[in-house]
Amino acid sequence: MKILVCVSKTPETTARIAFTNGNTEFDSSGVQFIMNPYDEWYALVRAIELQEAHGGTVTIINVGPAENDTVIRKGLAIGADEAVRVDVSPRSALYVAKQIAEYAREQQFDIIFAGKETIDHNGSEVGAMVAEYLDMPFISFATTLSLEGERATISREIEGGEEVQEVNLPFVVSAAKGMAEQRIPNMRGIMMAKKKPLNVIPPVPFEDLAVATSYTLPPAKTAVKLVSPDNMDELVRLLHEEAKVI
Amino acid sequence: MVLVLVETQKGKFRKPAFELVTYGYQTAQVLGTECAALVLGTAEGAEELGKYGASKVYHVQDSSLDTMDSQVYAAVASQAASQLGAKVVVINHSSTGKSLLGRLAVRLNAGSVAGVNGLPVLEGGVFKVKKPAFSGKAISEYEVTSDAKVLSLMGNSFQPKVVGGPVAVEKLDIDVPAGRVVSREMKRVEGVTPLPEAELVVSGGRGLKGPENWGILEDLAEAIGATTACSRPVADADWRPHHEHVGQTGIAIRPNLYIAIGISGAIQHLAGVNNSQTIVVINKDPEAPFFKAADYGVVGDLFEVVPRLTEALRKFKAEQAG
Ligand SMILES: Cc1cc2nc3c(=O)[nH]c(=O)nc-3n(C[C@H](O)[C@H](O)[C@H](O)COP(=O)(O)OP(=O)(O)OC[C@H]3O[C@@H](n4cnc5c(N)ncnc54)[C@H](O)[C@@H]3O)c2cc1C
Repeated sequence: MKILVCVSKTPETTARIAFTNGNTEFDSSGVQFIMNPYDEWYALVRAIELQEAHGGTVTIINVGPAENDTVIRKGLAIGADEAVRVDVSPRSALYVAKQIAEYAREQQFDIIFAGKETIDHNGSEVGAMVAEYLDMPFISFATTLSLEGERATISREIEGGEEVQEVNLPFVVSAAKGMAEQRIPNMRGIMMAKKKPLNVIPPVPFEDLAVATSYTLPPAKTAVKLVSPDNMDELVRLLHEEAKVI
Repeated sequence: MVLVLVETQKGKFRKPAFELVTYGYQTAQVLGTECAALVLGTAEGAEELGKYGASKVYHVQDSSLDTMDSQVYAAVASQAASQLGAKVVVINHSSTGKSLLGRLAVRLNAGSVAGVNGLPVLEGGVFKVKKPAFSGKAISEYEVTSDAKVLSLMGNSFQPKVVGGPVAVEKLDIDVPAGRVVSREMKRVEGVTPLPEAELVVSGGRGLKGPENWGILEDLAEAIGATTACSRPVADADWRPHHEHVGQTGIAIRPNLYIAIGISGAIQHLAGVNNSQTIVVINKDPEAPFFKAADYGVVGDLFEVVPRLTEALRKFKAEQAG
């Protein structure tokens, strides 16, 4: 079985969010970057588990510049067999999806994993786009995935509950919490990762159609109003008269 | 034309549907055009969408569309958009919408913006629209340069507004392709507003000490008709179901009122709730970081404070009703 995992690089979850260049770019100075948690903890680990159970290979793909190699090597250390980096700094989800789809089309993967969303742009778009480019079924927000022969049974998060779906290979799936448990790379994994192939390929030409061009920070919160624990009637009054939420 | 793809649940329209039509109507006004609604599968009362500003409702009535297969939905919706000459397609930023947005972008060769929370503007002819990014810690503005555009609308960011009356529903003849995904089962908690749509949310953290103590939180939620949520360690320990987990790695919500009980307010938790309109924090530790993000705070033992708040709310509700 051939599995592809799409991974993104994002600022670490506690990173200070600021912008530069007239608020047109994310200010990465002093920011630590990580593999997007949904991609790492859920998509990648489940892919490796499937490979361990059913054989085959796990390939990770990232669309990004050379500095992303550290994040990619971590994926190899966790257990992916090989990696591909499309050498370009992308500016939109559609651009990323196009690059991944062009690579995957040649390779005929059985399962293509994405994370549920990235924690920077929060778009949740790439999985569906890749699926559409490749005319493959897509199941989003998967929390469990089991495979019997060609047939997969997948539960997915829906508003206030879950849905169980079935689909035959090949398909694209986006992974949410529940799919797997985070794996910390061990020393052996880290050593082996250095020898695993990381192929750098050029992008295919593609024009962006929608791009984030400027950023702002939300207005600062005003100081908290403290209410005495003995006076809950006062809190109710404030919620009703001042905040007008009840 | 602005085409809004309106979702139903078991054939019925719910609040997100009306929010979407309101958004579509106001977007159409910005662009100087009309808003039409597209409804897929079994649906009752589609004409009512006119109230929120749809000038017409198009209905593809095929029961195979009662469950969502993104491939099938995208094929039907993109065909409808082309047939009707819609330049902008808007859907909800829901589990269904998020599965479709990317597909529609590819099919319609459209620039896409996921999770918008403001109306687009035309600046010197350039289409711009904003959305929250960096898990609620920033707002990004997108420029969409393609002729066709697809947007998904963040829940609870536009309140439904009645602007007219019911309109005609026209059947749309579109071939519905066979799907490859089979829906086996839908498990939903009945009778509760799902978290992403809830206006009032009561949320508990590790400060509650154990699942056996959730009764006081549920009483509070019940007093005001709120939906319950929890922090990540609470879901990880299986004190509460996973779909209640809010935050960076759970779901992001933006209710009108978020009451955080025994939650410290770690940055990853705040990432999922910091867009709430009003935040109330109940915590015994005056140094808890959550107070910095709160509008109202109560420093005290939750086991005493919460039942008192519930009682005060019940009294208030009774007075209102009386
Ligand atoms: C990458 C990453 C992603 C994460 N994603 C999420 C996420 O999505 N959502 C999330 O919630 N967390 C997330 N976390 C975890 C987060 O960092 C915190 O650990 C977590 O939010 C803490 O949960 P808590 O507030 O319930 O527990 P604690 O931090 O233990 O806080 C409990 C609070 O209860 C108060 N308390 C205790 N007893 C009482 C009492 N009797 N009365 C009143 N107050 C009391 C305490 O003062 C304390 O403030 C993530 C962490 C990482 C590293």
